[in-house]
Amino acid sequence: MSGTFVGMPAFPEAARDAVRDTTLRGNLRHATHTIRAKRAKAVAELEDWARLREAGRQIKDRTLRRLDHYLVQLEEAVTAAGGTVHWAADADEANRIVAGLVRATGEREVVKVKSMATQEIGLNEALAAEGIAAYETDLAELIVQLGDDRPSHILVPAIHRNRGEIRDIFARTMSEWGRPAPDGLTDTPAELAEAARLHLREKFLRAKVGISGANFMVAETGTLVVVESEGNGRMCLTLPETLISVVGIEKLVPTWRDLEVFLQTLPRSSTAERMNPYTSMWTGTRDGLTGEGDGPRAFHLVLLDNGRSDTLADEVGRQALRCIRCSACLNVCPVYERAGGHAYGSVYPGPIGAILSPQLRGTASEIDASLPYASSLCGACYDVCPVAIDIPEVLVHLRERVVQGGPVTRRGAKVTLRPAKGHAAERAAMRAAAFAFTRPGTLAAGQRLAARTRRFHPRRLPGPGRAWSDSRELPKVPAEPFRDWWLRTRGGKDAEK
Amino acid sequence: MSSRDVILNRVRRALSGTPAVEESVDRTYLVEHGSRSTEETVDLLAENLADYRAIVHRADADGLAQLLRRLLSERGARSVLVPPGLDASWLETAGDLARVADRAELTPQELDAVDSVVTGCAVAIAETGTIVLDGSPDQGRRRITLVPDHHICVVRVPGQVVSSVPQALRRLDPGRPLTWISGPSATSDIELDRVEGVHGPRTLEVVLLSEGGSARLA
Repeated sequence: MSGTFVGMPAFPEAARDAVRDTTLRGNLRHATHTIRAKRAKAVAELEDWARLREAGRQIKDRTLRRLDHYLVQLEEAVTAAGGTVHWAADADEANRIVAGLVRATGEREVVKVKSMATQEIGLNEALAAEGIAAYETDLAELIVQLGDDRPSHILVPAIHRNRGEIRDIFARTMSEWGRPAPDGLTDTPAELAEAARLHLREKFLRAKVGISGANFMVAETGTLVVVESEGNGRMCLTLPETLISVVGIEKLVPTWRDLEVFLQTLPRSSTAERMNPYTSMWTGTRDGLTGEGDGPRAFHLVLLDNGRSDTLADEVGRQALRCIRCSACLNVCPVYERAGGHAYGSVYPGPIGAILSPQLRGTASEIDASLPYASSLCGACYDVCPVAIDIPEVLVHLRERVVQGGPVTRRGAKVTLRPAKGHAAERAAMRAAAFAFTRPGTLAAGQRLAARTRRFHPRRLPGPGRAWSDSRELPKVPAEPFRDWWLRTRGGKDAEK
Repeated sequence: MSSRDVILNRVRRALSGTPAVEESVDRTYLVEHGSRSTEETVDLLAENLADYRAIVHRADADGLAQLLRRLLSERGARSVLVPPGLDASWLETAGDLARVADRAELTPQELDAVDSVVTGCAVAIAETGTIVLDGSPDQGRRRITLVPDHHICVVRVPGQVVSSVPQALRRLDPGRPLTWISGPSATSDIELDRVEGVHGPRTLEVVLLSEGGSARLA
C-alpha cells in the first residue's frame, strides 16, 4: 500500500471532497445502513445485552488498571508455551523487530492476516523498504492493496468501493501480483470472492512466514485469539513455519473466562452475526493431542505501545483503550456516513478514530487537532459501543485540551500543551461569557441591550464566526429578558397588566 | 534500559494517580439464553448451523457409515483426509476412496490435492451454531480442516452439545489449539453483505450423531 496518511489536511478540508463524491456517498450509505439494521437484530436476540456490555467495560477497565501486572503475566505464559515475546515502544521499533525476524528466516515474502496494529505502524511499507513483500490476504485489505488505496473502515477497509469498482481493480491489477483474475469476471460478490480465493491460494500454500495481529490475549494462559470470517486468518496462522503477531498492549484480558463476554458481543457488534465463521486460539507453539506439527514451529509476539501508555495516563481519555475494534460506532455515525473514512487521516476512522488518533499521535498536527471536532456529539456511537466507551465525553475532553492546552503525556514524559492557535476567537468568546455570567448586573445590562437591538442582529455571524453560522440558525433574542418579565408580571400572575 | 522496562515504567507512571483497587466484574449476565429441553437444544443447533449455510444431517450409530459414504460419493470425492483417532468403522464402507492420514510431513500442496476431510469435534454450541475443534486425535491438526474444500464434522448429540458460549469455554482446554467454526468460510467485505465461500472449506456438512439416552447435557 503506497497511500499514506502523512501530511493530511484538517478534517473539514479532507471531508469536503468526500461529501461531494456521490458514488462514495452512495457506497457508504448502502453499506452502513445494511449493517445497522442487522446489528440491531443480532443484539436484540440477547436479552442480557446491557449486562454483557457492562461486564465487558468492567473487564477492560480492570485490565487497564493493572496493565503492567497482566503484561508480565502474559509474557511468562507465552514464553512457557514456547513463544518469544518482544517489546516495541513505538512504530519504528516494532517494524525493525518484525523485519529482523523475517530476515532471520531467509524469506523475502510474508502473508498477512488483517491487522489494525500493523496498519497503524505502516509495517508493509517498512518491510518493502527491506525488500520483503507483504501480501494482504483479507479480501478487503487485498482490494485496498491491489487498488493502491488507503483503508477507510476498521472492519471493511474497502467499504468505500462498490462491487463494480472491485471488479475493475481485480481485473486490472491481479496479474501484477500473481495469478490474474479469471477472464470475464463479473461484479457478483460470489465471483469476486472466488477470484480472491484463486489468487491467494498459491501464496498461502507456499508461505513460510505469517504475520497477524490479535483480537484478544489472555494473560493467565498466554492464549491469543483471532476472530475472522474468510479463513485467510486460519491459513496464515497454521500453514507457515514462523508466525509473528503484532499486538497492542491494551488487547489483554486477564482470564480465559473473560472471553465468554467478548465472544458474544464482538461478532454481533461487528458483522452482526451470532458468531463469525472462524475463530482461532493458540497458546505459544503448543500442539493438540494428535502429535507434533500442528501449526508454526516458531511464534513471536511483538507487544506494541506506540502511544497507548500515553493514552492510559489521561484519566478521561484512557477509556478509548477499551476498544475491541468492532466498528459498530462507524456504522451508526452520521458524520462517518457522509465524510467517509479517508477524511479522518488515520487507519482508525470514525468516532473511535476521532478519540484514538489524537491520543495515540498527540494533537500537534492539523488533522489530529481537528479530529475531536469531527462529530455532532449525537451519541449514537456510545449507544452501540459493546464496551461502553463514552465517545462524546472524550471528544469534549479533547476539544478542551486543543483549545486550552494543558498537561499531557507524550512518549512517557509529562509535557504542557499550549493552546491551539486557531481557537483565539472561541477562547475570547468563552472569557467574555465567563465574565458576564459571574456578574449578574453586567449580564442583565447585556441582555437588555441585546433585546432592544434585536431588529439589527445579523442572520450570520461576521468574521471568524461566519463558518459556524453557515449551517446553524442563530437563536432569536426575545423582546424582553426573562428576569425582567418575571419582575414585571410576578411570574405570570399579573400577566394581564 | 530495555524497551520492556520503558513500556512497563510508562504504564506504571500512567497509573500512579489511580487507586490500585481491583475492580470487580459483575457476571450476572446469562449462562444461557432461554430454557430448552435437551432435544430442543439439539434442534436449535441444527437450525443455527443451517442458518449460516452448513448442511445438517442426522444419523444413529448404525446408519453413520452409510451416510458418510453417501455424502462423500455425492460430492464425487476421490480422497479423504482421516485424523489418526477417527473411529475406523465410520469410513469402513467408504469403498475405494483413497484415505490420506493426517501426518506432520504432509505439505500444504499435498493437503490441497485432497477432496474431503472427516472429523469429530470437541464441543458444539447451539445458540450460535458453532462447532469447536481442539486437536484431539479424532479431529487432527488444524490445517486438515482448512485446506480441503469439503469438511464433514460429526457431532455426538446430545453429549457434545452445549447451549452457549460460556458453557463451551468451560469445557475447552486453552492449552490446545482451538478452531471455532460457524458455517463455511464467508466474507462481508463487499458492501458489508455476507457471501459464503472464500478460503476455508466452501462446503461444511455437520452430522448430528445420536448417542442414545444415557448422555446428558452439561
